Order: sequence, then C-alpha cells, then structure tokens
Amino acid sequence: MNTLAPTPGQTVGPFFSFALVREEGADLVSPSHPGAMTLHGRVLDGAGEPVPDALVELTRGGDADGWGRAATDDEGRYAFTTLAPSGPFFAITVLARGLLDRLFTRAYLPERSDDPFLQGIAEDRRATLVATPDERGYVFDIRLQGDDETVFLTFARD
Amino acid sequence: MTNLLASSDTAHSTQAEIDAEMAAVAATAVDGEPATRLDYPPYRSSLLRHPTKALHPADPEGIELWTPVFGEHTIDPVEADLTVQHSGEPLGERMKVTGRVLDGDGRPVRHQLVEIWQANAAGRYLHQKDQHPAPIDPNFSGLGRCLTDGEGRYTFTTIKPGPYPWRNHRNAWRPAHIHFSLFGDDFTQRLVTQMYFPGDPLFSLDPIYQSILDPRARERLVATYDHGVTEAEWCTGYRWDIVLTGSHRTPREDDR
Repeated sequence: MNTLAPTPGQTVGPFFSFALVREEGADLVSPSHPGAMTLHGRVLDGAGEPVPDALVELTRGGDADGWGRAATDDEGRYAFTTLAPSGPFFAITVLARGLLDRLFTRAYLPERSDDPFLQGIAEDRRATLVATPDERGYVFDIRLQGDDETVFLTFARD
Repeated sequence: MTNLLASSDTAHSTQAEIDAEMAAVAATAVDGEPATRLDYPPYRSSLLRHPTKALHPADPEGIELWTPVFGEHTIDPVEADLTVQHSGEPLGERMKVTGRVLDGDGRPVRHQLVEIWQANAAGRYLHQKDQHPAPIDPNFSGLGRCLTDGEGRYTFTTIKPGPYPWRNHRNAWRPAHIHFSLFGDDFTQRLVTQMYFPGDPLFSLDPIYQSILDPRARERLVATYDHGVTEAEWCTGYRWDIVLTGSHRTPREDDR
C-alpha cells in the first residue's frame, strides 16, 4: 500500500505537442546506429479510427538512450528508431486527448512470445501484446477500445 | 435516450445535461476504485478512447523497474521561468508555483524531470489547433521544464493561466489549470495530470475534473495559495505537492 495518497492523473489534453514533443524525441538512437530498427504502429479508437492526438512513450531501458516519445500523426501513426529492448519486451505508455489517465502496455518481441507472463494472458487477447516483424523492424498497433482492445496493465501494489 | 456515440466531440448537450450525467456517474463511485475514471461519458472525447476491459495486473519486471535520467546538461535552469523566454514580459498575474515530488512511500523523487504547459493569461494556448479567439501573447510560450532538487522540490515562475472554452458541450469552459508531466524512480510511476487553482467556480461544471469521483482525491489537484511563497512587489505564490505511486524498486541506502 502507499502510505501517501497518490495525486490522480488527468488527460494530457489536445495541446501537449508544443511542450512535450521534440523532433529528435522519437529517435532513441540514430538510424545509422548498428542494430537500429523501427518500432511503429497506429493508435486506434473503439471505432477503429486513428487517434491523431495521442502521445506514445517507449522504454527500451539500459542506458541514457533508453527512452523516447512520439506523437501520432493525422493517421494515428507513431514511429521510433530504437535498439532491441534489454529484455523480452518494450514498455509503453499511452496518453491522448480523451484518455483520462495514462495507460501502460508491453510490446513483446515475437521471438519471445513464449514468455510466462504472456502465457498467462487469455489466448484470444495475447496477440495484442506481441509486435509483428516487417521490413522496417516491428509493428505494434495500440487499440484503445473494442473486441481487439490492447491488453493494458496495472502495476498496483497490494 | 441520448445517443452518446453520435454526440462524441460535438456540442449537442447543455451544461444542465452534462451536470445530470456527472451526478449520475458520481452515484456509482466504488470504494477503492482507481481515482480517475477512464470510462466517463460526460467527457465526450473519452467515449471511444477508454478501455472497456479490466486492466491486467502485472508485476513490473526488467525495464519497468528503470526510469529515464535527464542530465543537468539537458535542462537549462532558465526553462523553469516562463516569464523570461522572450524579449518582453508576458501579460497577466505573475506567479510562482513550488512543491515537492514524493512517491507513495514518502520518499522524495530527486533530480527528476518535471514538465509543464499551459494557456496564457487570456486562456489561449500557443498551439496551432487552439482556435479560441483570445489573444496570443508574443512574450509567452507557456511551456517549462526543470529537474527536482535533492529533496524532490520544483519551482516554476509563470503567469496565471486563464480559463478557456472547449467544445465538449454548449458553453463548456475548463477551469484554469497547468498541465504537469512527472517521472518517478521506475516506469510504473509515470504521471500526467493538471494542477488547478483554489476556489475555481468552474470545478463543479467540468467533466475532466469531475472524472475523479472522490472529492478528496480531486482536491489533491488543487494548489494552495501560500503567502510565504508570494514575493513582495513581485509575484503571487502557490504550493502544490505531487505524490506518485510507490516505487517497485528496492530502496537504496541513500534513498531516505
């Protein structure tokens, strides 16, 4: 349990990009860095429509270059240049206008889909946590709502 | 019955209708639920953007026990003063806001990034999509950053933001607020929220503020006027402490 009551979250709102988004922020490493890959995807709402005002934060871990953030474009697309995570998954935070508090999720590398945590997720939802390889790197779509809604996580301590 | 989906992001509803919806949701509050309701229909933009399935409990592992470190060299101390970022002085009430960032165990969050953004004194954001016909202040950008000190303390000098209209419903106005973005000692403590000002008459009308059903939890977003922070002949002062969730990292010897 927390001994102090946490401050509640509120939506990031529509007007965050001028403050939080820097052009280089989505490049955790230079595209020319050995091993650099792209992790990209779309943020979609419950009607399958793109969310053009979302902010995705990527944690790869490891060192000073282990974190970045990217705003979605008009088609709901985001993209990071990164190295592979130092573990089986990338840790992801999702913020958006209309989303009242941040959401956490994981993008597992497909070759690590035998991970015990994933195996503990209902089979019909497990795939929402696994990135798909493509020619640029990996694709990871985030669905905020609906039948194929992404599994979002809570880390609440008891 | 109103078709909520059809009215998403449009201004069909009146304030009275929104008030009735907010009262109906407030009556469904459950002890121990997360402070902020993600599924909060009075905030129309949330209708298609909230998860409908329960959040999946996870023990943080590996990189989730890690947090980014923003070195002193990446943040210019002048970024904590939003009134000196241009050649002239911004209009409005000059104010200081200061407080501590603590985690749920009462430990200060040290040397960590705090980011803020806000509207100007007229209630206008320096964002191309803000179409509110209030003046842009050429001397105010409305964004600031700083690192907390060794005791978790932050301080910003800024201009008190104005309230502004939005299109959630007819004649909808947001209470004046400053957006805050905070990092903790691990990934799971991330917090993005809004700080409000005491006594704002728009509190009871605002579906974003009211999406926190517990009044005590809502009040934790309201800064306190502090005459000890106010500076003579210079600026008013507000105090606002921020509490993140508890860290999952094993505390180090020097954490206290």
